[in-house]
Amino acid sequence: MTATIENAPIESPRSAAPVRRHRRFNIEKWGWIYMRASGVVLVVLIFGHLFVNLVSGNGVRAIDFGFVGGKLAQPFWQWWDVSMLWLALIHGANGMRTIVNDYASNRLVRNVFKGALVAAVVILILLGTLVVFTFNPCPAGSPADLLPSFCPVQ
Amino acid sequence: MSAAPTTDSAKKHPDIPLPKVPRGTLYRGREGMWSWVLHRITGVAIFFFLLVHILDTSLVRVSPQAYNAVINEYKTPIMGLGEAALVAAIGFHALNGLRIILIDFWSVGPKRQRLMFWIVIALWVILMAGFLPRQLMTIGAEFAGA
Ligand code: HEM
Repeated sequence: MTATIENAPIESPRSAAPVRRHRRFNIEKWGWIYMRASGVVLVVLIFGHLFVNLVSGNGVRAIDFGFVGGKLAQPFWQWWDVSMLWLALIHGANGMRTIVNDYASNRLVRNVFKGALVAAVVILILLGTLVVFTFNPCPAGSPADLLPSFCPVQ
Repeated sequence: MSAAPTTDSAKKHPDIPLPKVPRGTLYRGREGMWSWVLHRITGVAIFFFLLVHILDTSLVRVSPQAYNAVINEYKTPIMGLGEAALVAAIGFHALNGLRIILIDFWSVGPKRQRLMFWIVIALWVILMAGFLPRQLMTIGAEFAGA
């Protein structure tokens, strides 16, 4: 076995997708940076989210419309949840894109999967952002015992 | 240098000793590979959970009744186990994600990747030791129907 320094024994990663080089804007580079930057922020956002919703107080049993309404009535939690929504969805979908590139060797199959990823992310980001910012914690005509305690008596 | 350098390249770089066994790969075998496998599996699992989770949370925009009906499905012992699995998956993915970042940006990261893997496992065990008793209380209360 001849292990030469020029042919260093580090194998290059294999991916079925063709690699495009020599572009002024290298999307793979920015994807790589994004995975790491969003990952660091997501650690804080997700662990905070899990602590407040699953651990503190009564855990998951405390969650109902009144609980979520109370949180989403505050700008702090609105921005917390929306940041998590955007960062996690794009991070997850970009990670899934890597995996599709690795395993789907057929170009058509690859593009169908990636199209599905883009569609899912765009729809869910729009939906989630709309829900957080157009949400009404005290919808008219709802039984008072289902609403947050700060809602005016109807 | 003990191993006699015989190849041309080794003659050109006499100060770099040849490894006795193929080395220099982070991703083949042992901790490097298994951490990658686990990172990939947990990443996919969390992604699919997230898709569903955004849809169920969006029901707060429909009506209190609709949201409560669906969220009550999470308050069963079976889903309690699912939540434990979810926390286990996210806990590993997050800790190992930080390890990946350290491998990439910390000068001695690649050298310490194996040690860092076991630190990830240790921190994950501590995390789960803190979370599981709390989650078992929840599951117990769900069984009792309280
Ligand atoms: C909790 C904080 C998180 C951290 C620190 C983190 C970190 C990372 C890092 C560093 C990578 C590697 C990227 C690369 O190799 O270029 C990665 C990949 C990935 N992440 Fe995350 N991540 C986090 C949360 C999430 C969430 C919430 C999801 C799902 C929505 C997710 C899904 C994925 C997927 C699918 C991959 C691709 C795995 C692969 O290529 O093998 N991650 N993550």
